[in-house]
Amino acid sequence: MPGRESWIGAVHPVSAVIDEISAIFRELGFTIALGPEAETEWYNFGALNFPADHPAMEAHDTLYLTDDTLLRTHTSPVQVRTLQAHTPPIRILCPGNVYRRDFFDATHAPSFMQIEGLCIDEGISFVDLKATLSEFARRFYSGSSKVRLRPSFFPFVEPGAEMDVEVDLGDGKGKRWVEILGCGMVHPNVLDAAGIDSEKYSGWAFGMGPARIAMSRHKLPDIRLLYDSDVRFLEQFAR
Amino acid sequence: MIVSHEWLRGFAPHDKSAHEIGELLNDHAVTLDGLESLRRDIAPIVVGLVVEQAPHPDSDHLSITKVDDGSGTLLDVVCGAPNVRAGVKYPFARSGTTMPDGLLIQKRKIRGHTSNGMLCSARELKLSTEHDGILALTTDAEPGTPILEVLGDLGDSQLNLDVLPNRPDLLSHRGMAREVSALLGVPLALADLSQAGYDAAAAAAPTVQGATSATLDGVTVRIDDTASCPRYQAVVIRGITVGPSPEWMRERLEAVGSRSINNVVDATNYILLGLGQPVHAFDLQKLTEHTIVVRPSRAGETLVTLDGTERTIAAGTTMICDAARPVALAGVMGGRDSEVTDTTTDILLEVANFSPRFVRKVRKAVGLLTDASYRYERGIDDAASPEAALHCAALIAQLAGGRITARLDVGAAPAARAAVTLRPSRVAKLLGDPVPTPEITRLLQALGCTVTASADDALVVTPPSWRQDVLLEVDLIEEVLRCRGFDTVQDELRAFRPGTVHDHPLHLAELRVRDHLVGRGLYETRPMPFTKDETSGSRLQNPLAEDEPYLRASILDTLARRAEYNLNRMEGDIRLFEVGHVFLPSMDRLPREEVRVGALLLGKRRPPHFTDPDPTSFDAWDAKALAESLTKVAFPGATVALVPMAQGPLWRVDADGVTVGEVRAVSLDRPVWASEAFGIELTLGRMPSEDVAPVGRHAPEAGTAGSPSVAHVVYRTIPVMPAAGFDLALVLPNGVSAAQVEEVLRRDSGELLESVHVFDEYRGDRLPAGVRSVGWRLQFRHPERTLRDKELDGRRSKLVSALQRELGVTVRG
Repeated sequence: MPGRESWIGAVHPVSAVIDEISAIFRELGFTIALGPEAETEWYNFGALNFPADHPAMEAHDTLYLTDDTLLRTHTSPVQVRTLQAHTPPIRILCPGNVYRRDFFDATHAPSFMQIEGLCIDEGISFVDLKATLSEFARRFYSGSSKVRLRPSFFPFVEPGAEMDVEVDLGDGKGKRWVEILGCGMVHPNVLDAAGIDSEKYSGWAFGMGPARIAMSRHKLPDIRLLYDSDVRFLEQFAR
Repeated sequence: MIVSHEWLRGFAPHDKSAHEIGELLNDHAVTLDGLESLRRDIAPIVVGLVVEQAPHPDSDHLSITKVDDGSGTLLDVVCGAPNVRAGVKYPFARSGTTMPDGLLIQKRKIRGHTSNGMLCSARELKLSTEHDGILALTTDAEPGTPILEVLGDLGDSQLNLDVLPNRPDLLSHRGMAREVSALLGVPLALADLSQAGYDAAAAAAPTVQGATSATLDGVTVRIDDTASCPRYQAVVIRGITVGPSPEWMRERLEAVGSRSINNVVDATNYILLGLGQPVHAFDLQKLTEHTIVVRPSRAGETLVTLDGTERTIAAGTTMICDAARPVALAGVMGGRDSEVTDTTTDILLEVANFSPRFVRKVRKAVGLLTDASYRYERGIDDAASPEAALHCAALIAQLAGGRITARLDVGAAPAARAAVTLRPSRVAKLLGDPVPTPEITRLLQALGCTVTASADDALVVTPPSWRQDVLLEVDLIEEVLRCRGFDTVQDELRAFRPGTVHDHPLHLAELRVRDHLVGRGLYETRPMPFTKDETSGSRLQNPLAEDEPYLRASILDTLARRAEYNLNRMEGDIRLFEVGHVFLPSMDRLPREEVRVGALLLGKRRPPHFTDPDPTSFDAWDAKALAESLTKVAFPGATVALVPMAQGPLWRVDADGVTVGEVRAVSLDRPVWASEAFGIELTLGRMPSEDVAPVGRHAPEAGTAGSPSVAHVVYRTIPVMPAAGFDLALVLPNGVSAAQVEEVLRRDSGELLESVHVFDEYRGDRLPAGVRSVGWRLQFRHPERTLRDKELDGRRSKLVSALQRELGVTVRG
């Protein structure tokens, strides 16, 4: 006869991904910083070297509260707040909810989790960016995964890049390059805006979307499963 | 951006395959989203090896063959070609394949023998027009390999390249060719634009310049708004014959998915896609007074654009007009009334520089995204517009005949690019390792920069006119890195200094409460924080859903909606929690933001078991105990009190005397079969959103310290003497709480009291209304000796009289 069981709880699959990412970066000396979700335009765009009225902002279709306050479109405002409030060396991770004006459908959500990282000190270079993020990618996927960088553009970094990992996602399509994060050297304008001497200090930043990873690792056909809070979905992650 | 490999090769003659070029650009400049051969019509054709061949018994020209197509089964194929031989590989179409001419290959019988597919000739694959039998392949490829992989670049290929928003210079074939040229070290060429005679005729045409207006050849151009339109060049071509474009032009446009229209429109599209300069052709005779005026529109003016839509433009928006009315939406689309038709003989070419911001405004106002507006908004190469005007005029003269009779150039040429100082020491600092100065110079020169050395070992670099994204030293460093390749950077973890930032205390609190609630059998959720409840006062200006335009002020409100979602799906065991932000009204610019944990319990206390097939449901006491333990976990070391409330929530939750949350019954839209829901909501802390420091300033004193220290547990000696105690059955009058009774019990029991707890509560017929009987058990222990009954009796009477005196509580008889 069966034993007497108790209810078993579950961590949300997106939280589980964030925990795994954080655990790896913790070993590399990073701590967790948080900030508000309702922000000013300056913290979300101005301080991050977004040119006013530029097509680059269209990728960040924004939910506004007032003409100059909004729901943050990335967790980068936490980077700015941390740069203003702390003296380097800074090695932080910023997980948090962000918002975009995307319709809620199978592949988009207007609110989703992001995790960003920031490393600032004297003498930090692109070698540190590449080595740290490659190390992360190999630990997160598997030690034998190949990693590559491609040029990209985000107003708050220069040079900017995207990182791909060659992985088999188990979908029958075999090994292929999958984009996992955006990154780059922090733009001197961003450091200057936070009152940090960009001649003395340099650093790098990255950002990634844990929901995409959760969807691919659990083979979720619809992103809405992550939000609906259907107990028949959540109980599958009970441990 | 769709790029034709052949067109690209015209501007940068190289010997790489489309695949290699795609990879090269992907590594150094843009993202390769796709690569497709324009011969995808033969994609299903594979390599087939003829293993056996014998004459057909009923035919003098047919063969019966056995073909290995890599499937593992040899296929019988009847072949009519005289050159079929065993041991040779040929292109093979399996049954079910559709051939380029539309013929479907099916399994069928040919003179009594089954044929499972077809060995193909070069003509059947539209590779050539000759018919020398089937195409023998000299290849090592295994049978079954797609023929496209074997034959190499067959015809043209389309590269689908995702151009980054800061690189509008790559939105043309020549722009992309500049990258290829710099990366491969091949020279640039003019592709199809090198018709010397036409170029010379265009360059020699009479020309007039003007600051804001000019007239020549009976044509006038005037700019009234030089902020929106700094420069407007018009080229007049008379006596053209509009007709179809030649084959090469049609191929170019079709290769990038564009439709050939006529020789004039095709030429302007060639300049747009080839050089990145939008050009519009007007029928000169349809422009009133042969005049172009760039001016703000007047009230009531409308324009029917080329797509046939009548556009009403806000008065004051700058438009391209003739002497009478608007004729084009600047930088977006031309007007239908002045478009080039089959009968057009004289045209005016518009080659203009518009301000990106202006075009963006017009495009947004009309909601019309075109190839031209896309490029103008991101920024065209302003300095190259005269060259583009000449090339376009020469191309039209070549394709449609006519004479170039006038060039009008109104407005100002763009200012020369400012030089940028680049320190090789800074390159080494940012990239992690030094790059030799000659290499830096060479890479930047290949990109079109002029580079000179300055006195202090720095380089003075002037970026080319088309690289409007290169403004700072760091932009040049990016160019150096990009062109050298990310592969050249070492993958070497170097020593680092630990950071000065502590973990955010709210993150640590979140982890603690999450572990606690998961351990208690609850599921973590991450729902949307939007609601129809307006408590927060934070309404989105542009909400996605008009029925949920507010940010939430309560997590339990969100969890209640999620519980209803589950109840609607007949799920009645719902244990959910969330740690998230809520938004509250504030006098500041931003709402007051708090991080809270909410938990909701509904349904059975535990899973059914054969010993207890129908477990009882969660009630308020479960929620209370969970709230108590959760609060202790959230606020380590704090004294936690749950205070019963006369109305609203069931209990208020206090930690160290500060209210941090509540426990309440959650009202739900609940079907009859579902049990009652109980909820807990605690504020873990406020998330400050004030500015940390003014713009451009640093305020390190604002940094948070680490988490406050928590008092350690102090060890109490494990008792060796036995405990003793007694029960008190007390009658509590209306209005006296168990907490008040407990306070007296603890105060007056003396220091030997070990524990106090309630073991029973009774209300009912045998007691007056509002009065209840509560049973308490008190336990005492002396560290060194056994307590005597007499000592306990003394304590009992002391307590009973104190309770009677202070609270009117009596012992139940």
